[in-house]
Amino acid sequence: MDAAALTAASADAVGCPSGLAPPASSPAGVDPTAFVRAGEEDVEVLEMLVQGARCAGCIRKIEGAMLALPGVRDARLNLSTARLRVTWARGDVDARTISSALAGLGYAATAFDPAEGQKQIDEEGRRLLRALAVAAFASMNVMMFSIPVWTGDLDMGGSTRTMMHWWSAIVAIPAALYSGRPFFRSAVAALKRGRTNMDVPISIAVVLTLTMSLVETATGRHHAYFDSVCMLLFLLLIGRYLDHRLREKARTAARDLLAMQATTAVRLAADGRAEAVAAKALETDDTILLAAGERAPVDAVVVDGVSELDCALLTGETLPVPARIGDTVHAGAINLTRPLTLRVSSPVDASLVAQLARLIEIGEQGRARFVRIADKAVRLYVPVVHSLAAVTFLFWMFGPALLRTAGVAGIADVSFHDAVMIAVAVLIITCPCALGLAVPAVQVVATGRLFKRGVLVKSGDALERLAQIDTVVLDKTGTLTLGKPRLATSLDAGTLDAAAALARCSRHPLSRALVDAAGPGAPARAAVEVPGEGITGEIDGVAARLGRRSFAAPHAPEHDDDAAELWFAHGDAAPVRIAFVDELRPDAARVIAALQARGLAVEILSGDRAGAVAEAAREAGVAHWSAETRPAQKSARLDALRAAGHKVLMVGDGLNDAAALAAAHASASPGTAVEVSQAAADIVFTGKHLAPVVDAIDTARAAQKRITENLALSALYNAVAVPVAALGFVTPLVAALAMAGSSLLVTLNALRLQGMQSWTSSSS
Amino acid sequence: MDIIVFLIPAAVSLGAMGLAAFLWSLRADQYEDLEGAAHRILLNDDDLPPPRA
Repeated sequence: MDAAALTAASADAVGCPSGLAPPASSPAGVDPTAFVRAGEEDVEVLEMLVQGARCAGCIRKIEGAMLALPGVRDARLNLSTARLRVTWARGDVDARTISSALAGLGYAATAFDPAEGQKQIDEEGRRLLRALAVAAFASMNVMMFSIPVWTGDLDMGGSTRTMMHWWSAIVAIPAALYSGRPFFRSAVAALKRGRTNMDVPISIAVVLTLTMSLVETATGRHHAYFDSVCMLLFLLLIGRYLDHRLREKARTAARDLLAMQATTAVRLAADGRAEAVAAKALETDDTILLAAGERAPVDAVVVDGVSELDCALLTGETLPVPARIGDTVHAGAINLTRPLTLRVSSPVDASLVAQLARLIEIGEQGRARFVRIADKAVRLYVPVVHSLAAVTFLFWMFGPALLRTAGVAGIADVSFHDAVMIAVAVLIITCPCALGLAVPAVQVVATGRLFKRGVLVKSGDALERLAQIDTVVLDKTGTLTLGKPRLATSLDAGTLDAAAALARCSRHPLSRALVDAAGPGAPARAAVEVPGEGITGEIDGVAARLGRRSFAAPHAPEHDDDAAELWFAHGDAAPVRIAFVDELRPDAARVIAALQARGLAVEILSGDRAGAVAEAAREAGVAHWSAETRPAQKSARLDALRAAGHKVLMVGDGLNDAAALAAAHASASPGTAVEVSQAAADIVFTGKHLAPVVDAIDTARAAQKRITENLALSALYNAVAVPVAALGFVTPLVAALAMAGSSLLVTLNALRLQGMQSWTSSSS
Repeated sequence: MDIIVFLIPAAVSLGAMGLAAFLWSLRADQYEDLEGAAHRILLNDDDLPPPRA
């Protein structure tokens, strides 16, 4: 792609589809220079998080455009993680050309903070995958030696059998020692801290079984369990890897959100020069420029300029707030109309966003105390199994003799070797395969199912918590509603077109709504926007005004229905009032009804005005609501609910919800929410509908049921298998069959979730 | 049955080769971008200018 094509592409992509409306924001203003880091051999590297890249076309467009920039050596877009890595020889490329080229293609991109970006290779996942591969190789090959021994034991001479066992030992021992390392490490770490976990019995079983099998092989006897050891490790590693993948996905999502906060700011130096700095580097009393369309990185005071701020995500208010000299701009507010010059009033780590981030941390620490159901099962499992094995050993060592002295004859003495062998068989047969596999398998199936429906679940225990909730608290703006005003007055086509022509020259949310209703068209001539007031311009050679009542129609009567409004005056015609509503999500009422049908109490907590909240609550069918709540009041309300014994699901999108999201038992955010809220939420759902919330609750409850069933199944299995093992009837074949059988059973049970009917498809 | 003296080492080493191939592909970062790899197959080689190494 040459430079001309690039320019043409940028002209296409920046504006709206009609090419006439001003761009929604000016992503070209992002300056990533502060995030360039030095690579090896005089190379500079920039990593950017590219939003919206989805297909082969995107890869070609982005990588092609990057490589076309003079000086760029290499560009690689990772579609799975949405990261673009561009390298060039030191000093050859100005990082700004990269971000503006990306913006020109129509992709929003954020620079990655190198400190956050460097830890991205998932070492732990790779270790697990290597261990899993080795265990898979070993269990398949050892099976090759075991099956002939089981099936041909009668025809097979003792020497052939021993040879088969030796081969098994050669493959299994190194493989088990290698792929067992994740378990050994964790077991040793737990024991050092004086605790036990699931990995302690696993490690003991592996080491004991390997030793016993080796002794059996060396002495030419039957009971070699090499196949069971390999299969045990293989199955457990599958569960371990699935669990790790789930957590890693959540961690990456959180890290991406953190890295996105690596925003830059334009600082005015003392000599009037503008320079790009990382927002983190800003200090109190620095002067910064905030272009229209940009989000304020820190709390600051306006020193020059007049504009309007979109604070919807901060406070939940739908309408823009005017900003004049001396006004405070909170971090997170979006500047709508005119550039502003600001003086930083508090550094980034004291800003509102940072304070909220701390609140979130506190909330999450509370959540970390949540005990996952698998951990509860393990606490029961470890002591029971170990004492069973110990009792079995003691019984076979001393039992027959004791019973004889008590007058019960008929139980033959067994050797020390046999007593140990039987005790080991108990350890093997009670292997926690089902336990280690049951929970992650269900959670992976459940999150995968939800992911296809546009719901991102950030952790396995989020599902467990979601299944327990009994109350749903919803935010209004942006959660119950779409958070975007929609035209509510019916206008004749001529008036609509004329008003939209003026509106096309503005970035104000109400203007945008008007343009959305009118569709593509030409902007008005000689249009001038007066921030906080409205727009003047010429239509068909006649002066026209669109804006506040005081600006466009000072003599028109005031309406007191509290709705957002614009007035439009065209020449001498009577001014027209255009009213807007913040529309409920299309399925809001249905979803509320569905939640109530599931026995959940529903209430609304909003920062918006009482009138608007009451209206939305009435339409959605919610009886309990509170309006004009501040962030601290929201989390206080959640604390009160918790103190009353309720388990609350909080659904919200704004910065003002972030603390409440973190304080709730479980939380959800729409994909349009601010980064902080998405980071605080357990699940993030995309699209215009609220239905994914119901789907998520249903799936979580079904998943919980499957997990309980799976735990019951493994308990049942142990109830049958343990007596058999303790009585000494277990052979290597029985152990292998039991292990594979129980694991298969719990996995199949987990897969049943896949076929569950979803609420969305059954109700529409 | 003497043949198994050869067949068993042959079978095990074939399996080991498969394992080695997998470990190599893991080390060569081939699983870092599964989604991108699925799409890149649709690109023609001449769509992208070669990286100037």
